[in-house]
Formats: sequence, structure tokens, C-alpha cells
Amino acid sequence: MTRYVLKRLVLLPALLFLFSVTVFAIVQAPPGDFLTTYVATLASSGSSISAEQVDALRREYGLDQPVWIQYLRWMENLAKGNLGLSLEYQRPNAELIGERLVLTMILALLSFVFTWVVAIPAGIYSAMHPRSVVDYVLTVVNYVGVATPNFMLALVLMWGAFAYFGMSVTGLFSPDFVEAPWSLARVLDLLKHVWLPAVVLGVAGTARLTRVMRANLLDELNKPYVTTARAKGLSEWRLVVRYPARLALNPLVSTIGWYLPALFSGSLIVATVMNLPNIGPLLLRALINQDMYLAGSILLIYCFLTIVGTLISDILLAWLDPRIRLEEG
Amino acid sequence: MSVLAPAAPVTAEDRVSVASNWRLVWWRFRKHRLALVSAVVLVGLYVVVLCPDFFSTEDPEATDARLAFIPIQRLHVFDGLRPSPWVPGIAGKRNPTTLRMQWQVDPSRKIPVRFFVTGYPYRLLGLVPTRIHLLGAASNAGGERLHLLGTDRLGRDQWSRLVHGTRTSMTIGLTAVTFSVILGVLLGGISGYYGGPADAVIQRLIELLQSLPTIPIWLALTAALPRDWTPQQVFFAITVILSLVGWTTLGREVRGRFLALREEDFVLAAELAGASQRRIIVRHMVPTFLSHIIATSTLAIPAMIINETSLSFLGLGIRPPAISWGVLLQEAQNIQTVALAPWLLVPGAVVILSVLAFNLVGDGLRDAADPYSQ
Amino acid sequence: MTTPVLQVKDLRVHFALDEGLVRAVDGVSFDVNPGQVVGIVGESGCGKSVTMKAILQIVEPPGRIVGGQILFQKDSAPAVDLTRLSPKGPELRAIRGAEIALIPQEPMAAFSPVHSVGDQIIEALRLHERQWRPSGPRLSRTEARSMTVDLFRSVGISMPDERVDAYSWQLSGGLRQRAMIAMALSCRPRLLIADEPTTAIDVTTQAQILNLLRDLQRRHGTAIVFITHDLGVIAQMARYVVVMYLGRVMEQGSVEQIFHAPKHPYTRALLRSIPSVNVAPRTLLPTIAGSIPHPLGRPRGCPFHPRCPDAIPGLCSERVPALRPVGPTQLASCFLYHRDEAVEP
Repeated sequence: MTRYVLKRLVLLPALLFLFSVTVFAIVQAPPGDFLTTYVATLASSGSSISAEQVDALRREYGLDQPVWIQYLRWMENLAKGNLGLSLEYQRPNAELIGERLVLTMILALLSFVFTWVVAIPAGIYSAMHPRSVVDYVLTVVNYVGVATPNFMLALVLMWGAFAYFGMSVTGLFSPDFVEAPWSLARVLDLLKHVWLPAVVLGVAGTARLTRVMRANLLDELNKPYVTTARAKGLSEWRLVVRYPARLALNPLVSTIGWYLPALFSGSLIVATVMNLPNIGPLLLRALINQDMYLAGSILLIYCFLTIVGTLISDILLAWLDPRIRLEEG
Repeated sequence: MSVLAPAAPVTAEDRVSVASNWRLVWWRFRKHRLALVSAVVLVGLYVVVLCPDFFSTEDPEATDARLAFIPIQRLHVFDGLRPSPWVPGIAGKRNPTTLRMQWQVDPSRKIPVRFFVTGYPYRLLGLVPTRIHLLGAASNAGGERLHLLGTDRLGRDQWSRLVHGTRTSMTIGLTAVTFSVILGVLLGGISGYYGGPADAVIQRLIELLQSLPTIPIWLALTAALPRDWTPQQVFFAITVILSLVGWTTLGREVRGRFLALREEDFVLAAELAGASQRRIIVRHMVPTFLSHIIATSTLAIPAMIINETSLSFLGLGIRPPAISWGVLLQEAQNIQTVALAPWLLVPGAVVILSVLAFNLVGDGLRDAADPYSQ
Repeated sequence: MTTPVLQVKDLRVHFALDEGLVRAVDGVSFDVNPGQVVGIVGESGCGKSVTMKAILQIVEPPGRIVGGQILFQKDSAPAVDLTRLSPKGPELRAIRGAEIALIPQEPMAAFSPVHSVGDQIIEALRLHERQWRPSGPRLSRTEARSMTVDLFRSVGISMPDERVDAYSWQLSGGLRQRAMIAMALSCRPRLLIADEPTTAIDVTTQAQILNLLRDLQRRHGTAIVFITHDLGVIAQMARYVVVMYLGRVMEQGSVEQIFHAPKHPYTRALLRSIPSVNVAPRTLLPTIAGSIPHPLGRPRGCPFHPRCPDAIPGLCSERVPALRPVGPTQLASCFLYHRDEAVEP
């Protein structure tokens, strides 16, 4: 087991290197570069910029160099821990990302907790009482939940809140608290606003997880070891939780690792719709404007999270299921 | 050695024992009523896909700022006691402060709605020029328009746009999944059946692709599409992008199946009987999991639809003037706009409906295809 | 005259399926005396497993006990009707494992794959602690473990100390079955139900397991209900035999009577169909004519009559014979012996 994990860890830098090349290539793929878009934006808003200024800027940003040199510069900086400069915001990328990272992670964590706290008991109850009224209701809710794209849900909820309650639920903070330093009041304000995006993000995941948990558990409930446990005299809830639920959870827990990157990227679209100061909208703008170091760095971070997430999944699965752990040897 | 032909099946039990696998799958599928209903819905949607113009009431591209934000016109089926569908006429006034059009129902005018009316010209299936539409305002030539789902800020008929958007979105879902399946089965099959270096390479490729964060990469790839590509080129590119990352899961599964099947006794028996490799693969191995592939693919389509809708919604997928559900929902990004014109959210309901239908059919297929379920 | 540990009276268990009603157990009665081994024998689908599950009330829905009584005698307390107890209630749960224990059919699948076998036995010990040890200090972890090790030793598992921490899939078939027996006996039950305990293992191991069971049974005086389709095993183990077919008892009696003086045509056919080494070569293997009907297509009248060589036309296809004595301790349900005794429909 440890050999397996070590092997994966050793491969990590090589993988990241490979990804960095891929990512950079994709980011640079659209014709033109940051300045082309910049000039076009200026032109559409009525102001202009002289050709010499454009050239000077081009030299300053290093955009006149061939692509592979730009890549090497990026790598060089990365090795020093410098994520580069954002061409659009004119600030270090690390700062930009850092600010939003905390909020993104809080949102991701809350969604995750919401999903699992709701889905697992619901799935267990459904499996223990199949074809009951509650089961049917849950099934319908689940199916619709899985079918609803999360931005759609966000739109509908936002519209509902606005049209019927006059509430504006965009953003993560009320206007007074946006730039304020962290304080208890700010945290409370955050909590007041974050529950909606957390629920929106969590709904699709909850629906899917409940269905899978129910299906897995139903499979397990028919197995002989459940009959044995019942014949031993265990009470229903205890025996379900101790035995089949445990086994039904195994494949699910192994997907926890996937949740990490999925939550980060899933919040992308919702964050754009709801105007949340997340990494997602930042990435979107960077991609459209070809703010290449910013886009590249963010994408690389996502890649890193995905790889780590997969590794965590595999470790968890092996740890929970002794059949895998002991057979790997 | 002569083989006696089996007697014609008599009892129900007999019929079950000689029915082919596909018959059995169909019989089992039939029992899931929800799945059956959903399948009918999907067939209906794909009929619309075949000829959206026939189902449209107005030209989806026609803009007229004077007709902006017309709300949904209530369709009445009975005129007094006669079954004669009609919608109330509307009169618009521009609000002096917001400069927005405001519409009132004009009770004096009743616009009759008829079937098979003459409308804007188009080509049926791209071949036959015609002007017949399924529904329309009867006196179309008289300038009356029918807006079953209202209009947007440019005065475009939402119903017709929805019908056209359905074509794009449903087709992308289907084609993207088809590509994924072809790629997945091909590469997964080669990997699992032949093993060796091909397997190693393909395995690494799959791992690599699966380590990429999907949505960010999609964003990046779609953002990389040049702005001046035609809608058809964009459509094709989106399909390819969506399927490039999506084939890996199926590829892995197929590989796993082939690896396991290679060791099965019935494959050994076929080899010993002298069957060629191609015959073994096509006639013996693939049928065991073909139904599973179909079920999995059906379940993959809704994900593709949601992905395309989300991408287009962000402005990165299908772009105007092409129409898809995501493009339609872009109009609903602004909450104030939505508050004034909630009918702009209707495409979202259609997304949910189609995804729901696909999921139900996929589940039904999966249960029916599993030979070990009861 | 000892009171039986278990008295099954006219038990009926029905399954309400979409396709129809399946009468899996349709009027079964037998007694189990203390320390006795009763064998229930029959072909697949005759209802012996369902009977066993009904005793412990672990019949899976849509199966339901629709009639009859199962009287269980706990020490000197009055007999309690198990069918009247709620399946999830505390009284029945106290009986399961502690008073009546189950040795299930497939030990591999019957142990949880993610818990060690030792843990599962300790759980049983802990659960019923107050029943086999009514007073005294609570069971500690170490004590429970050492008890489990002793249990393993007593069922003949070598290296019990290591085996306690093993997982079921790490043990061989024979060891797993022994571990299962250890778990069943852990709380010293009065009655053991063995559901085809030797079906999943090879013949040599089978002999060992049977010896073990006999030995344990003699030592602890546990009554056993032994369910199997193997007549040879029945002959070795059982004192009293119940022959079932399609949910009804065809014949029951002491093992000598059943094997040496079978009365019911079905029992006779079963015994005839055992292949013998002593027969001349190239003799056709005797079989029972016809095949077991589909559970939803039960024949009218006596369930065996379509395949019975001695069926009485007009009677056996119309009325169901009742179970009546045909000897001192032998009963059979056959119109050959009791023309007038039919079961009311």
C-alpha cells in the first residue's frame, strides 16, 4: 500500500509538468493575446491607444517573445514560488488567488457538509423503507435535483427571492462588509449569505449521493451477512448502520477525493451567476482576456487539486476495505 | 450428428427460454412505466429535432424591438362552446420612464390559432421548400403574430427559438456521447483485449485525462475557439471537446470488461472451436456488455446536455446567432430582466424535462439490460 | 415426558408476489425435544428454509407468517408463541442468538467481509451478555477476546489466537464453517438451526463438521434443527426426520422408520433415487417422474399427486390429505393410509 502511494507521489511533479505544458498551450491557443483583447475593449468604449504604446506594453509584458520563452519564464517564476503578474489587474496572481481561495474553500466545505449530512441518512432511510411514501417523495426530489443544472437552480432561487421577497442574494457580503477586515460581524454576515450558494451547489450532489447510497444499500441488504446479523439479535438500525451501510459507504467514501476538485469547479458557474468573489469568475475572465499567467496558474492549481483528490480517494478506499488493503500486499 | 429442431414454443415459459436477449431486454423495459413514458417524451423531442421549422410559429431570427418582452399569450382552447383555439390580442405602450414596452391584453381582439398554417418560408429537412407550420396565427398574412412563450428583449419569439434550441442541444448531447462511446469502446477494447504495450499506453492516457479538472479545461478549450468561426464549426468543435474528455470512464469500464472476459471459459471454448479473433470479439464478448454500454451512454447524454447548456450560458459554448438552450438562458442572466420577464426561464424547464427523461430511460435500460436483476 | 423445546403447529407462510400468492409453507407441524436432532429434508423449493426463517421471524418481505404457532420453551418459563412476537421487538431479539441460534448456509457470505470474525463473535457475546451471564461484572474486551479464542479452540480451529483477527475470506471453507458454528454456540443457545451447513464444503470437511456438530450437541445438550437436501447427512445426524414437499409435510418419524419403513410414496421415491454402489452396472439411475411444479402453479389436491405412482384417481387430485399417524411415532399425509382424513381447504 505504502509503495503504491509513494509511487503516485513521485509521479506527481512529472504529471504537473506535463499538465503545465498542456494548460499553457490551451491558454495561448486563441489567436492574439492579452493586448489584442485590451485594445479591442478600449476601442469599443471609445478610448484608444497609440501603436507605440501598444508595442511598449508588449515588450514590457514579454508578449513579443515566442510562446516557449513565455512558458519558460512562467516556469522559472513558479519554481521560485512566484505565480506571476496578472496583466489585467496589475497585481501579483498569488494575491488575487489567495483572497478568493479562502472563500472558495469555505463555500466548498459547507456544500460538502450539507450534501453528506443530508444524503446519507436519507439514502439509508429510503433503502430501509423501500416503496414507502417517504421513499417515493425522496426519489422524485432526487430525480429532479439531478436533472437541474445548478446555475438554473441558482437563477430560479435568486429570481424568487428578488421577485417575491425583494431580497438581492448576490455576492457573499452585504455592501458594508465587502472590503471590511475580518471580524465576528463579518463572519456572521458571510454565513447569512453563503447558505444559498452552498445549498445550490449541494443540491445536485445530494440528489445523486442519496440515489447511489440507496441503490448500494439495497444491494447489500439482500446479502446473507445481513440475515446472520439479524439472526444474532441485533436491532434493525444498529445492524443496518454497522454492516450493510458500512459496506455501501465504501465506494462512496472513495469518491470524497473527487469532491474537492468537483466542488471547486462546480462552483465556477454558480459563482458567475451569483456574483461571488470566487476563483471561478476570476478564471473565466482570465481565459477570455488571455491573462495567461493568471489563467495558467489557476488551471495548474485545479490540476494539482484533482490529482491530490484522486490520490486521497484511492487511499481512503484501500484503508476502508481490508480486502483491498491486504491484497495489495 | 444431427440436431433436432426445437419444437415451436408453446407455453409462456417456453417463449421466454427461446427469446433473444434483446427481446428480453425489451420485455423488462416495458414493465417500467415511467421509463416508457420518458422514452415517448424523448422520441417526441427528437421528432422536433428533425424539423424544428415545422413546429415553430415565427421566424426565430426575426427581431423587432417594438415587440420586446411580450409575455406568454394565454392559449384558450374553447371559443364560447366551440373548440376553436385562440389567443387574446395585445396592445403595447412604451413606458415613458423605463422606456420599456408594456403590454396589455386587448379583449376586443381574438386571434384565432389554427393548425397547418402558412408562415415564414423554410426547407423541410433541408430539402423541400415549404411554408406550412404546425401552429400559427390564422391571419398570419394580416400581420398577426403568435407568441406562445412571449418574446425577449429583441422581440424574438421565444417558442420558435426554444424549438430551434432544442435541436442544437439535443443533437450535441447525442453526438458527443456517440463520439465518446466510439472512442471509449475502441480504445478500451484494444487496451483490454490485446494488453501489453498498447494497454500500458492507453492506460496512462486515460489516467492523464482523468486527472484533468473537467470544467476548467472545458472552459479553457472553448475559450480558445476563435471568435470568427461559423456556428457549424463551433458546434462541431464543442462536440469534439465534450467527447474528448468524456470517453475515459467508458474506456476504463470496457477495458475492465475485456480483461475479465478474456479469462472466461466461454471465450476459451470459442477459441478452441476455431473461431477467429474478430468473431470472438464481435459475436461472443461484446454482446455480453453491449446492453450495459447502451444504458451507460443513455445516462451520459444528460450530463453532456447540462455541460453544453452551462458552457453556452457562460458565453463559451454555442454562440449567437446559433441557438441552444444555454444561449436562450443567457438572456436570463440578469435578475432584473428575469423579474420583468420570467418566461425567459422556460428553456430551463425544458432542460430539466429532457434530462429527467433521459435519466429515467437510462435507468430503465440499465435495469432491463442487467441479466441478473429479477 | 419432557416438554419439547420447540413446537411448530400448522405453520403457514405466504408470499404475496405481483404474479400471485406463493404458499411457501402451508401447514407444517413438528416438535423438537431437548437435545434432539431433527432433520428437515426435501428438494429445493420445498419450503424448508422458509420454515427455518419463520422460526426466527427473519422471513424477507413480501413473505408473511399467516397462520399457525411456533411455541418455544425457555427453561421452566411457559412456552412463548414466537409468531406473536413483533419481529423487530426486544423479546424476539433477546431470543435470537441467545436462545435460538442460526448456522447459515454460506459461511463466506454470512460473515461481514470488512470485520474480523473475532469481532463479530464478540459482538454476539456482548449483545446477549446479560442472558448467559445474568450477574457479575460487564464483559471486558480482553475477556471477550479470550472467550472467543476458547470458543475457536473448542470447535477445532487451530491457531485460534491468530484466527480471531482474521477476515472470513482469509479462512478456508472448513475453518469458516467452524467459526460460524463457534458464533452460533457462543451464547449457549437451547436450539440450533443449521441451514444446509455442509452444502458449501467438500465431502471430507463435511464429515469433520458433522462430527463436530454431533460432539458439541452431546456436550451441551443443544437441540438442533438440521435442514438439508442430502439424505446421507440426515441418516448420520438426525434422530427424527421431517420430509417436506411444496410447503407441506409428507412424512415424519424417527430416522429408522423413515429409512427402513417409509410409508409415503414421496419418501419411498426419494430413497429409491439414491444411487447405490451395489447395483449392477449399466442400470438406469432411478428418478422421480416429472419435475417440481412452479410455485405459482401448485397442483390441486395433494401436492405430490402428479408425480405419484400410487395416486388414487379422483381423490388425490381433489382433496389434500391430512398428516395422520401411520405408526407409533410416524406420521404421513397420504390417502393410501387415511382415505377420509383430508385437510379443510
